[in-house]
Amino acid sequence: MGGEEKEMDRSYALFLGCTIPARARNYEMSVRALARHLGIKLVDVEEFSCCGFPLASADHKVAQSLAARNLSLAEQKGLDICTLCSSCTSSLTETSHELEAHPEELKEVNKRLARLQQAYKGPVRVRHFVRILWEEVGLERIREAVKTPLQGLRLAAHYGCHFLKPSEVYGGFDPVEDPRVLDELIRASGAEAVDYARKKQCCGGSVLVADENTALAIGRDKLVELKELQVDGLVVVCPFCGVMFDSQQKKIEKSFEETYEIPVLYLTQVLGLAMGMEEKDLGLSTHAVKTRPVMEKLKSAVAS
Amino acid sequence: MNDPLQEAREGAKTVEESSLDPTLADEVAQEPGGEGIRECFACGTCSAGCPVRRFNERFNPRRIIRMVLLGMREEVLGEPFVWLCATCFTCQERCPQGVRISDLMRALKNLALRRGNMPEGIPIQARLLAEKGTLYPLDEFDNKKRVKAGLPALPEAHGEVGPLLRELEEILSQKESGSKSD
Repeated sequence: MGGEEKEMDRSYALFLGCTIPARARNYEMSVRALARHLGIKLVDVEEFSCCGFPLASADHKVAQSLAARNLSLAEQKGLDICTLCSSCTSSLTETSHELEAHPEELKEVNKRLARLQQAYKGPVRVRHFVRILWEEVGLERIREAVKTPLQGLRLAAHYGCHFLKPSEVYGGFDPVEDPRVLDELIRASGAEAVDYARKKQCCGGSVLVADENTALAIGRDKLVELKELQVDGLVVVCPFCGVMFDSQQKKIEKSFEETYEIPVLYLTQVLGLAMGMEEKDLGLSTHAVKTRPVMEKLKSAVAS
Repeated sequence: MNDPLQEAREGAKTVEESSLDPTLADEVAQEPGGEGIRECFACGTCSAGCPVRRFNERFNPRRIIRMVLLGMREEVLGEPFVWLCATCFTCQERCPQGVRISDLMRALKNLALRRGNMPEGIPIQARLLAEKGTLYPLDEFDNKKRVKAGLPALPEAHGEVGPLLRELEEILSQKESGSKSD
C-alpha cells in the first residue's frame, strides 16, 4: 500500500449509527479499509448514540435533540461528521441546518441538552462517506487506486432516499432526478453500471414498522426488474437499504414465491475489491445472499 | 359488473359538514413541516410519484392533504394510513408549490401519536432508545465478533441519552392503556 498515500487535511468523526455496528459489519470493515487506503482520517467517538431518525415520526423535537446531542459531541472535538447510513446523514444534516436557520429552535434544543450538561452552537458539517469519496478524494484518485478493475461485472446502483434527499440540505451535490455519483463510482471500479427504470425507487425499509406487506412489495418491485436485467449485484450505500435487500430478500422471495438471488454489495466493498483488497477484509462472506457468484465471475474474467 | 365508479360509490362514506373541524389545518400548519399546507392546489404530482401509493392504495398524499384542509380530523388522525409514508422525499422534491409533504406527513404522525394512534413498533423503539440510546444494543458476544473482524469494541449502550426522550415517554405512558394498534 506504499507510504506515499496522500493524507487529507480534514479529520472526520465517524458516525456509525445503530444498524451498522450490529448488523452491517461488512460495510464498516470495507469503509475503514478504504479510508486507510485513501488517507481519509476517521476518528471513533464512543459517545455517539442513535441519530434520532427512528423517532422523527413519533416526536420531531425529541428526534432533533438526539441529533443535536451527536452534533455537539463532534463540535466539542472540533470535527466534522462522516456518516455511513443515509438516514443518519439526513437526520444529522437536517438538524444542523434547522438549528442554524432557526435560533428559537436552537434555544429549545439547548434547554433539553442542558439535562445532560451539554450545549450546541453549530453548525456542524455532515458528510456521507461516499460523498467524501466523490467530492474530496475525487474520481481521478479513485481510478488511480484501482489495481484489479472489475471487468465484466454488471452492477446496478441503488441511490436510496436519504443519500440525496432532501436536496436543499445537501446543496444538491447530485441531481435528485438524474443522479450519477454512484454510477460513476461503479464505473471507476471497472464494472459496468447498469441503468434501470427503478433506479431511484425507495427500498421500502422505512415502511416495515407500519406495514410489512407494503414494505416487502416495494422492495420486490426493484428485485424483479434487476432479475430480468440479470445484473450481478445491487450496490447500496445505506445499511437500511442493505438490510432490506440482503437480509430480507429471502423473506420477499418466500412471500411472493419467486427467486431473485441478487447479491447486495456496499459500494465500499466494490471499490475495495477493485483496489485489490482481500475478500475477508471486506466482509464479503457475511452476506445473507451469497456473494460467491460475484467472486467467481471476477476470477473467471481474470483467468480468461 | 366491474364499474369503478359504482364501486367507489358503494365504498364511499358520507361526511357531514358539521363533523368537519376547520381548526385542523391551522393546527397542522403550526407543526414544524406543516407550514405550507395551504399552498397545495391538488395537482397530484405527489401521489403520482409515491412508491407507497403504487402498492397500497390506502396511502394517497394528495387525498390526505385535502382531508386535512377540509378538516377531517378523525378520518386523518385516527386511522393508521398516515404511518405508511416512507419519508422518501420523492413528493417533496417534486411539489410545484413547495409544500414540504414528507415533513407534513411527519407532522401528521406526530399529531396522531399524541392521540395514541401509532404502530406497535413505535413505543418499543422509544423504550429501547430511552434505555439504551441505540436500536441495536451490542453485547459481549457482538463485541467479540467486532474485534475478530478487526473492528474496535464499542460501548454496549448509551443510557445517558434517556432524559432527551422525556417528553415522548410522557405522551406514551399516558396513551399506554388506550393505545390503538393497526
